[in-house]
Amino acid sequence: MAREGLTINPAKTCQPIGAMYAALGIHGCLPHSHGSQGCCSYHRSTLTRHYKEPVMAATSSFTEGASVFGGQANLLQAIETIFTVYDPDIIAVHSTCLSETIGDDLQQITKKAKDDGKIPEGKYVIYASTPSFVGSHITGYANMVTGMAEQFSVSTGEKKEQINIIAGWMEPSDMREIKRLSKEMGVKIVLFPDTSDVLDAPQTGKHELYPKGGVTVSELQSSGDSICSLALGCISAEPAAIALEKKHKVPFETLDMPIGLSATDRFVMSLSKAAGVAVPAEITAERGRLVDVMADMEQYFHGKKVALFGDPDHLIPLTEFLLDLNMKPVHIVSGTPGQRFDKRMQEILERAPYANFKNGLNADMFLLHQWIKNEPVDLLIGNTYGKYIARDEDIPFIRFGFPILDRIGHSYFPNVGYSGSLRLVEKILSALMDRQDRTCLEEKFELVM
Amino acid sequence: MRKVAIYGKGGIGKSTTTQNTVAGLAEMGKKVMVIGCDPKADSTRLLLGGLQQKTVLDTLREEGEEVELEDIIKQGYKLTRCTESGGPEPGVGCAGRGIITSVNLLEQLGAFDDEWDLDYVFYDVLGDVVCGGFAMPIRDGKAEEIYIVCSGEMMAMYAANNICKGILKYADAGGVRLGGLICNSRKVDNEREMIEELARRIGTQMIHFVPRDNFVQRAEINRKTVIDYDPTHPQADEYRALANKINENKMFVIPKPLEIEELEQLLIEFGIAN
Repeated sequence: MAREGLTINPAKTCQPIGAMYAALGIHGCLPHSHGSQGCCSYHRSTLTRHYKEPVMAATSSFTEGASVFGGQANLLQAIETIFTVYDPDIIAVHSTCLSETIGDDLQQITKKAKDDGKIPEGKYVIYASTPSFVGSHITGYANMVTGMAEQFSVSTGEKKEQINIIAGWMEPSDMREIKRLSKEMGVKIVLFPDTSDVLDAPQTGKHELYPKGGVTVSELQSSGDSICSLALGCISAEPAAIALEKKHKVPFETLDMPIGLSATDRFVMSLSKAAGVAVPAEITAERGRLVDVMADMEQYFHGKKVALFGDPDHLIPLTEFLLDLNMKPVHIVSGTPGQRFDKRMQEILERAPYANFKNGLNADMFLLHQWIKNEPVDLLIGNTYGKYIARDEDIPFIRFGFPILDRIGHSYFPNVGYSGSLRLVEKILSALMDRQDRTCLEEKFELVM
Repeated sequence: MRKVAIYGKGGIGKSTTTQNTVAGLAEMGKKVMVIGCDPKADSTRLLLGGLQQKTVLDTLREEGEEVELEDIIKQGYKLTRCTESGGPEPGVGCAGRGIITSVNLLEQLGAFDDEWDLDYVFYDVLGDVVCGGFAMPIRDGKAEEIYIVCSGEMMAMYAANNICKGILKYADAGGVRLGGLICNSRKVDNEREMIEELARRIGTQMIHFVPRDNFVQRAEINRKTVIDYDPTHPQADEYRALANKINENKMFVIPKPLEIEELEQLLIEFGIAN
């Protein structure tokens, strides 16, 4: 019997969380939620719990009055107060279900704020439309990143020797790794958004409302002059690349997020080609170390069944990587809808015709649990919400994606690049081997593995 | 491509005027798309020769995100492209949000793309600008010129003035301008003079005075525009004239809405007192 009208434990969350996260990747930016207070609190607390860092954001604090008369007065007042009291360089406004439904037009309100002189010289207000009844947190992220590209970029007519790298939804550690790889290759990049040194800021004994990280306004402005853009993720990053192409004719290439061997290969080759530089020996060596471990440990991966859930731009390369490891991704679920995602997964899954894959409406944790009951797996990969299934079914579980509320590490150790992939391999191996050590028969208990 | 939105008091004849005018433009060889932004979904009936079977929002509800442009745009009189936003039944849901959703969806699906080679897009909007959703067609990057259908009746003029307030708000932020008032005559005394004066005070023009003729109703019951039903009828020439004036129009202004006292004074001077 097929389920039609019910979602149980969705494998996604609200658009504004993504918009808020993306906005934190701009230096000196205060995210602003244009809606009621509860939205802002929920989004802040989820990000705070995931990063173990205090995430600050402002809200238009809608009341009954604002819902009836429109939120313009609230937002204008908020902009004035925020610049006066909290002094950010940028306010990044995102809408909410309520402000979207009553039809507040953020473009019109921010224009009015500017005309009324509420935005001080050298300060900026950008905006993105993020109704939660459309798409998911990934859509919200993509919308805010697109807003950055559209509203900041300028073209001076003179090309700059630099490449835009548009980060799909990834961790600060991943963004740091992308920057390291580019630097290693000698390529000047503009990475946006960039939450490294914002959400993984060191303890200095002093609280910084605006930590030192984040892409700067001048970098974002210069993105219109870049040679090209590489969008890392067809769902969360590509829309911004399209916006830059439309506005300033900056050509772009969309890549899968560089998670795993093949996707990292494609990223490194594309970057090398776009910038006209050779791949340095050090990066080739990093790759070699990953390949070596994959080959050495193949017997432990081979044929192991995996269930995974999460966000499109993670699942696409992760599934591919599991196949490269000769594992069997049998159940894959994502609450984020989209034909583009579906199509890319079908391509990857040509190598795994046995796999169950569903995304969008009704693709939820309950479905994943049912699938696992029907066909048990050796490993579960996904965000913290997977721990209930892992416990019920007694499956080794690796935390991956958003949100991770009960472990640390994701902020500090990347999943992208060859070294990030090596970390993933280590985590998978440890989970499988720990399980084997704990449950195998005594005569099969191995000292050397 | 010129993007036009038609507003006006409910029942004033927006849809009828829009479709008859569009027929005039189509007859001139213009490629026109009409987007009905009314939950009743009757803005393209005369061009299509019957009600559009599937609205944008019906299709979205039934088929989720896998909506194709061909499902929601039908070809009408002289290759006009017709689509209906649709929306909830009276008394439920949120019609305003429906307009936001369907206009966004049409954009995403590329309904306005160069490949369609459109000369005009007409948004036929329900009644007054009662909430944020009904202002969607005049947000920045959407309709650039507005025509308000009115008559010499007080409430129609009152609504026209109110709509100007909505335009004023969005004109500050974007490129939307008022192109003129279309007087759809109700045979009120001094009607032409009064609307001309109202237009003057708002800072715009009365672009055309469409005389009342029951022939319009006859064409309508036959599901046709006047131009389609009887191209030789004098009323057809009135719509041709209006189409031509819109096509030639160069007067686009930010309106100056009147205070209610001034509006009442106008009625006393031109209308009721005489």
